[in-house]
Amino acid sequence: MYKIVRKESLNPTVSLMEIEAPLIAKKAEPGQFIIFRAKEDSERVPLTIADFDREKGTVTIIYQIVGGATMELDTLKEGESLQDFVGPLGQPSETDGLKKVAVVGGGVGCAIAYPIAKKLSRLGCEVHSVVGFRNKDLVILEDEFKAASTELRIMTDDGSYGTKGLVTNALEELINEGNQYDEVIAIGPLVMMKFVCLLTKKYNIKTVVSMNPIMIDGTGMCGGCRLTVGGETKFACVDGPDFDGHLVDFDEAMHRGTMYKDFEAHAREASCNLLNQEEK
Amino acid sequence: MAIKRNMDPKKSPMPVQDPEVRRNNFDEVALGYSYETAVNEAKRCLNCKHKPCRSACPVQIDIPAFIEKVANEDMEGAYEIISQSSSLPAVCGRVCPQENQCEGKCVRGIKGESVGIGRLERFVADWHREHCTEKPTAPESNGHKVAIIGAGPSGLTAAGDLAKLGYKVTIYEALHLAGGVLVYGIPEFRLPKAIVQKEIENLKAIGVDIETNMVIGKVLTVDELFEMGNEAVYIGSGAGLPRFMNIPGESLKGVYSANEYLTRINLMKAYKEGSKTPIKKSKNVAVVGGGNVAMDAARSAKRMGAENVYIVYRRGMEELPARKEEVEHAEEEGIIFKTLTNPIEVLGDENGEVKGMKCIEMELGEPDESGRRRPIAKENSEFVLDVDTMIMSIGTSPNPLIRSTTPGLETNRHGCIVTDGDNGLTSREGVYAGGDAVTGAATVILAMGAGKAAAKAIDEYIKSKN
Repeated sequence: MYKIVRKESLNPTVSLMEIEAPLIAKKAEPGQFIIFRAKEDSERVPLTIADFDREKGTVTIIYQIVGGATMELDTLKEGESLQDFVGPLGQPSETDGLKKVAVVGGGVGCAIAYPIAKKLSRLGCEVHSVVGFRNKDLVILEDEFKAASTELRIMTDDGSYGTKGLVTNALEELINEGNQYDEVIAIGPLVMMKFVCLLTKKYNIKTVVSMNPIMIDGTGMCGGCRLTVGGETKFACVDGPDFDGHLVDFDEAMHRGTMYKDFEAHAREASCNLLNQEEK
Repeated sequence: MAIKRNMDPKKSPMPVQDPEVRRNNFDEVALGYSYETAVNEAKRCLNCKHKPCRSACPVQIDIPAFIEKVANEDMEGAYEIISQSSSLPAVCGRVCPQENQCEGKCVRGIKGESVGIGRLERFVADWHREHCTEKPTAPESNGHKVAIIGAGPSGLTAAGDLAKLGYKVTIYEALHLAGGVLVYGIPEFRLPKAIVQKEIENLKAIGVDIETNMVIGKVLTVDELFEMGNEAVYIGSGAGLPRFMNIPGESLKGVYSANEYLTRINLMKAYKEGSKTPIKKSKNVAVVGGGNVAMDAARSAKRMGAENVYIVYRRGMEELPARKEEVEHAEEEGIIFKTLTNPIEVLGDENGEVKGMKCIEMELGEPDESGRRRPIAKENSEFVLDVDTMIMSIGTSPNPLIRSTTPGLETNRHGCIVTDGDNGLTSREGVYAGGDAVTGAATVILAMGAGKAAAKAIDEYIKSKN
């Protein structure tokens, strides 16, 4: 069992959990992920590692409630434990030799973009961060990004905070201001990563994206997480989750991501009804 | 006591669930011999001098000796003889390909049918489980530690043998549950999971530690296992990554690997009402491949409610690599065999869902290097099979996690771990390997045999050092 030592709500749908997992904390690197099961009969679900503390022996995850599994996770309180917590899985993000990087995060994807920004900044790399959210209430990790970046642009869809617009607007602005990036790292919804890649392709800037497809075991056994990258079948769990964004078939990944949409919607509904009953 | 031999040329039939009933449930298909049938079948064994059955058993069970105990109605005595050689008798009695092993060599098989050795093994193991309340106890420790990677049939066998010799054994399992292919792959209707759990509990009772959620190569490396005081490491990490055909459309929604499909159903219990792990509700399913895993996937799909389930295989019925019994059971349950057929494209609808599978007919040419006749595509024979789900069951390629994090561990061009002869020694001192990680996808019993041989070699190695 893996104890929750800290739980914090970051915005109405996104929460943070710091979990006791000393062996994973010892090895974890930005870009890697864990698989959790909240309870004994829960689904196995992957989540990218948001932070880790080797001394304390803890791993932090940040999750958005999207379906049954994350809803179940969210029912656990500080002091309680997760049934299963496996990792660190996947390949760490490549940070070697990078001197100037733009880190682009969208929504809860910022939780995964942040540890990379932090690591790059610690390694002496100049980090420009662009983070986007739907509105002011959903902004997360602002102070953390500020500390890790020499330049931070916050974008919201409705203009309720930062600048109104998309992350691609801000990124293109930065490029046009004359910033020469060795690499762009984009982490967020598939559609955001797709458009960041279309933009950076135009400017011929290498772009790395972090993929988070449906997965069961996370060790290469099931093949559920397969993607087409540069015309080849790749498994996100062992070959990724980071890939060259200019080679990823995003449209296919978006289709595959909706495989169990009905099931998830049903789980959400069933769970909400339960909550409603409890409230009565 | 002299036994009056039963000279019936036929094997006592195995009672099974009616196909019409069983194709709608996940309960075990084969129901097992009754006490009387078991004793009667045991009397068919001639207890012949050369014991060809025993030498054909990968773990060398003293078959005539245990069968004689059954004939004399000493079931616990029979169990003791089996358990000297096998850590998982209830499993082997169910899933071993006996027709190619012990039963294939039985002298009764020359003029009639062989003795039902597998069925008797199962009976004895089940009898023991149901009647014996005594828990096995841990033997005295010899003070040496061994680590085992993977709690599948190979790792469990090696663990059992080493623990019986007094070693402190820890098994590191990547999934949340021990059992390997016995829990994620082989379906409940062929191998009830309660039986696997019981065998694992027996191992724990003799002092084996099982640490789940431990992906070796990630959370700990083989070298770190040595640093932790283990004197030897056994790698039984299993087969690995599922293969796809690299034909257009394989990423459509509704295309599964057999591993994924079976893991959702078996390990994650998607067949149960209220399971939190989703699986597609399919109407027409094509399973590509002809091995035991393909049969398991097809029969599972039928039980999940599919109306039409096809086995699509590029060679003929004669060449199916699956066990005959599995093929027969599948046929009885209404699985449709489309042999001499090969998929060339998966067709999708506007939502990216599978809506059909384009196939081509095949014919058999000259034998290839495997000795099987090579399938050749027939020109202009393309047709579309109307399916909404496709399950690829065409084998696996080895997992890179351990070989890429263990310096000095030699692998072959396929990525399988290279071992020296039969004892499982790898290119690294103190590191042994066996099962699918070495051979590529094979059977439960071969993996167990490898675990057994390696346990013996590890014991000799550690003794020679101290």
